[in-house]
Amino acid sequence: MLTYAVKRIGLGLLILILVMIAMYAAVFLVPGDPATVALGPRATPELKRLLIERMGLDQPVWWQIIEFFRNALTGNLGYDVWSNRPVSTLVLEALPNTMVLGLTALAIALLIGVPLGCLSVMRRGTAADAVIGVLSVGVIAVPSFVVAIYSLLVFAVTLRWLPAIGAGEAGDFASQAKALVMPAAAIALGWIGYIARMVRASMMEVMGEPHIRTARSFGLPEWKIVSKYALRIAIIPTISLVAVGLGSILSSAVFVEAVFARPGIGKLITDAVNTRNYPVVMGTVLIMTAIYVSITIAADLLIARLDPRVRDVFRG
Amino acid sequence: MSSVAEASASTPDRQRFVLLRALLADPFTFVAVILVAGFLLTAIFAPWLAPYSPVKIDVLHKLQPPSAEHWFGTDHLGRDLLSRVIYGARTALTIAMVSVAIAGAIGLVLGLIAGYGPRWLDAILVLTFDSLNSLPMIMFALAIITVLGAGTGTLIIVIAATSFPSYARLIRAQTLALKNSDYILAERLIDASAARIIFIHLLPNVVGPLIILLSMDIPVVIMVEAGLSFLGLGVRPPTPSWGSILYDGYTSIRSAPFMVIFGGLPLVLATLGFTFLGEGLRDYLDPRLQARRPS
Repeated sequence: MLTYAVKRIGLGLLILILVMIAMYAAVFLVPGDPATVALGPRATPELKRLLIERMGLDQPVWWQIIEFFRNALTGNLGYDVWSNRPVSTLVLEALPNTMVLGLTALAIALLIGVPLGCLSVMRRGTAADAVIGVLSVGVIAVPSFVVAIYSLLVFAVTLRWLPAIGAGEAGDFASQAKALVMPAAAIALGWIGYIARMVRASMMEVMGEPHIRTARSFGLPEWKIVSKYALRIAIIPTISLVAVGLGSILSSAVFVEAVFARPGIGKLITDAVNTRNYPVVMGTVLIMTAIYVSITIAADLLIARLDPRVRDVFRG
Repeated sequence: MSSVAEASASTPDRQRFVLLRALLADPFTFVAVILVAGFLLTAIFAPWLAPYSPVKIDVLHKLQPPSAEHWFGTDHLGRDLLSRVIYGARTALTIAMVSVAIAGAIGLVLGLIAGYGPRWLDAILVLTFDSLNSLPMIMFALAIITVLGAGTGTLIIVIAATSFPSYARLIRAQTLALKNSDYILAERLIDASAARIIFIHLLPNVVGPLIILLSMDIPVVIMVEAGLSFLGLGVRPPTPSWGSILYDGYTSIRSAPFMVIFGGLPLVLATLGFTFLGEGLRDYLDPRLQARRPS
């Protein structure tokens, strides 16, 4: 187990370093220097020189990369080109909003998706199973930001039940919760279908196993067999799919935050991309990638702990 | 099962016919085929179908609700919304097909190299695929857009770069599985060249699952294009895109709600159509492949 953990974490770190080097290299491969691109064609030479110095662009590339990593390790990710505020502060301000959004969406999806998947298995082959199956694929297909815009139109503009924009008043839990309903539901919708399908698929495999037959021969009710004996095993593949899928929850969050003008990582990075604010983009990408890679590693380790066969595969 | 065996024994034409019949037997796939065909025809015949030019500005008639002259109404610059939606189909499908084809080709070549080539090369390539795959896709995409600037070309590069690793992994796995099969060993024994083995013997056998995966990724790409265009990071104005129509509608959602409704509907119908078609194809051809993730 320990060897597996060390290997997996090592691979994660290697990936992170490779990604940052590749990104840094890409910035320098592009014609024109980042300072000119950031400032636009009308910038005066002095202004450009100032920015080049501030971004450290007058140093050799390899030195910049080393500097970037050294600073990153001490928590310094550089400064916003425009406001001159530390990138790490900007990211840490935005991160909680996005995490609350993503986790709420995931919680909603699990709370509805897992029971739906179980119901599908219990009623397999019936109309209910077929309806859940088709609806699942349907909601997976619909882009979350379109769901967001349509719900904005219905619940905020027409019915005026929920606030249209923002993340709610600071310190006021009720207003924050109200502002969270639509964005979280828009992201969760597709995931309800996805989780329902995954739970159904992996549970159908489990249902043929001997211990389920035994439970059934004891005359246990079907709901008890499904929820107590089958789900416990069937949930394992779902955990890893959810962990890997966090990347796409993040994607949805970027778009959905834009629709609801909700402060968060999505708004931070899209604004930075629009203004070619390299330090903010790179810092945000680094932090989000690190978080994402850590979560996938944690999920892999959790699964290796639950299912010894995974460890053997990696050793093989 | 017997119908598949029959089909493979007869001519390729007959095979295609069997596939189509199997797809049309399922009501949802049937509707999906019609939707996809409709969008393809709309994209191809856009200049004949669109009643007006999609970029002609007419500020005097801006934000007009749907009427006999403008079935979908007009946008904030007085452009005919129906025409923009029709041309938007062209933008969406062109970008989706071109970028998926490029990503598929890169994935195919790298996957074959990784699977058939020397082990050290395989190790390097697999590390590359895994590194790219373990990035949150949206962060990677936004990083590329920052460097290259928004535009149709960038969009295609972004989609190709973020999706080829999973194709390459699939092809590599297929190649590895076939590499030691009897017929390949026989080829090697008679001293066939690597190129002959790869192109004549491996390629036709690994390409099937790839095509299913590509078809299942088309709705994802359509959504990514629309999403990034919505954020102003996709195709450049005035090129019509469902995403930018949605953004224009979003900015005047209170005064002209019909814009987001007509901008979003084709996007929803297209992603639904392509998804159900992909599901149908997969169920028929290779049920072991995994379902797609929500976008």
